[in-house]
Amino acid sequence: MSAPAVRPDFAEILRLVRPGSRVLDVGCGEGALLELLARENGVDGRGIEISPEGVSACMARGLAVMQGDADRDLDYFAAQAFDYVILSQTLQAVQNPRHVLGELMRIGERAIVSLPNFGHWRVRLDLLLHGRMPVTGVLPDPWWATPNIHLCTVHDFTALCDDLALSIDACAALADGKPARPIDPTRAAENWRAEAALFLLSRR
Amino acid sequence: MSDGETSAARKTDGGGLWTFPADQPLRLDNGGRIEGLEIAYQTYGALNAERSNAILICHALTLDQFVASNHPVTGRPGWWTRVVGPGKPIDPEKHFIICSNVVGGCMGSTGPSSIDLRTGAPWGLTFPVITLADMVRAQAMLVEALGIERLFAVVGGSMGGMQVLQWVADYPGRVFAAVCVAAAARHSAQNIAFHEVGRQAIMADPDWRGGGYAIEGVRPEKGLAVARMAAHITYISEAALQRKFGRELQGDGLSWGFDADFQVESYLRHQGASFVDRFDANSYLYITRAMDYFDLAAAHGDVLADAFRDARDVRFCVFSFTSDWLYPTVESREIVRALNAVGARASFVEIDSDKGHDAFLLDEPVFRDALGGFLGAAAQARGLA
Repeated sequence: MSAPAVRPDFAEILRLVRPGSRVLDVGCGEGALLELLARENGVDGRGIEISPEGVSACMARGLAVMQGDADRDLDYFAAQAFDYVILSQTLQAVQNPRHVLGELMRIGERAIVSLPNFGHWRVRLDLLLHGRMPVTGVLPDPWWATPNIHLCTVHDFTALCDDLALSIDACAALADGKPARPIDPTRAAENWRAEAALFLLSRR
Repeated sequence: MSDGETSAARKTDGGGLWTFPADQPLRLDNGGRIEGLEIAYQTYGALNAERSNAILICHALTLDQFVASNHPVTGRPGWWTRVVGPGKPIDPEKHFIICSNVVGGCMGSTGPSSIDLRTGAPWGLTFPVITLADMVRAQAMLVEALGIERLFAVVGGSMGGMQVLQWVADYPGRVFAAVCVAAAARHSAQNIAFHEVGRQAIMADPDWRGGGYAIEGVRPEKGLAVARMAAHITYISEAALQRKFGRELQGDGLSWGFDADFQVESYLRHQGASFVDRFDANSYLYITRAMDYFDLAAAHGDVLADAFRDARDVRFCVFSFTSDWLYPTVESREIVRALNAVGARASFVEIDSDKGHDAFLLDEPVFRDALGGFLGAAAQARGLA
């Protein structure tokens, strides 16, 4: 039996996370990434998940996961409690992304953040040609149903990192089903090309 | 495996009364001591050769050691058979399960209705005011007497959950996993207020006799029943009470008097009346007092996290229920945040239920499965599975 294919963004995170490190996965769902990190990299993992079903599924897998959300619960962790804090495709859905990003960098030595890029050419074209809020592969919901309340572009995000004095140690473009592609997020072309992007951050 | 081996490996339900010699007194938080301490307990399953599969269950205010066996007074099934039993999360086929009556209780452990060996008469109100830490200290004595150095898990709901927190604060090295259900790290003003109503009802009963009713051969049944009725309301959610009874009448119409016209009145009266058959009024005073005195942070410089400083290696699991207004989710969150602050390995889930505080005793499949998942994973980490 062959091993099931690992999601490309998970594979990239697996590559970035040092084996044996302490990891907090914020918005860990049913714990697939945490389980992968524990199995492949021997990490000491914890999770935060908003849905009780997700938490229960994680507990059944033997993962230490608490029900909570990024906006409210990060504040209660000790500073530097983790080597990595992971926030996957969630920053655009929180109430206060600037605060959450600051908290990630307070409780973790490094943060791994991925988000959809609102600067992607298809998004720009959609809005330009049709005058309607774009609906794409990484942004599948209509405006009235989307959980994404704080969408941004790759350049918006790099500007926020600058503002918070964070350094971007690695960045990769993510596209559905394709392997992660390392990019320089400051280049204008990548702000057009990347459907979604994943960042490895540390304090300057 | 032959039949002989099977029966040797599977000890039947056990337990009894453990009497500690006078030179092993229970030392109390109030500075006093109880000599000749007796602890009544039940066990299920068998202790393995490594003595690593023991689970201690801590019971709630009015419950007892009969967690998974018929109650000797009421004849009703054990109070946690949904969670404890073959194939259940706490399984006598896998675990050695211990449940003991708390000190101060009335189902066999030393309490205010026991005989004070020094006077030969029931303790009554001369029984010392005890705390949850005293109860836990007595449990630790029993666990040690049973030859168990380190429990696989300590599990409890409501007052039992508070005892679980006390356990990890006082004996972090003697607990591998801890499960705290529908509880809090301290009693709130509202919790204390409801308990005070119950105590006043008991003490207002002329048959209470200043706590000396046992000597005078009477029982403050009316007061204790009212205490139970008031408390019972706090165990159920408004929605559950409405769903069960609404404004349904007992008979064809209103009585235009003060009989139990409404079904909810009749239900509460029944709850009160049946409670007095199995519970002692003074025990009710002492145990509610112990709960009111409970404030885990206060004993640690008002920083709850400091209570868990030495318990980082304990695997924690905290449960709350959405409609529990006696120990609401916010109280469980406080516990989890304190655990996170010290970097303890904590899981927490709020179970969606409209059954109120008593949900932890009722049929809640999501709770049962999550508990099973947690204990299963912990068993693997402990080398049991």
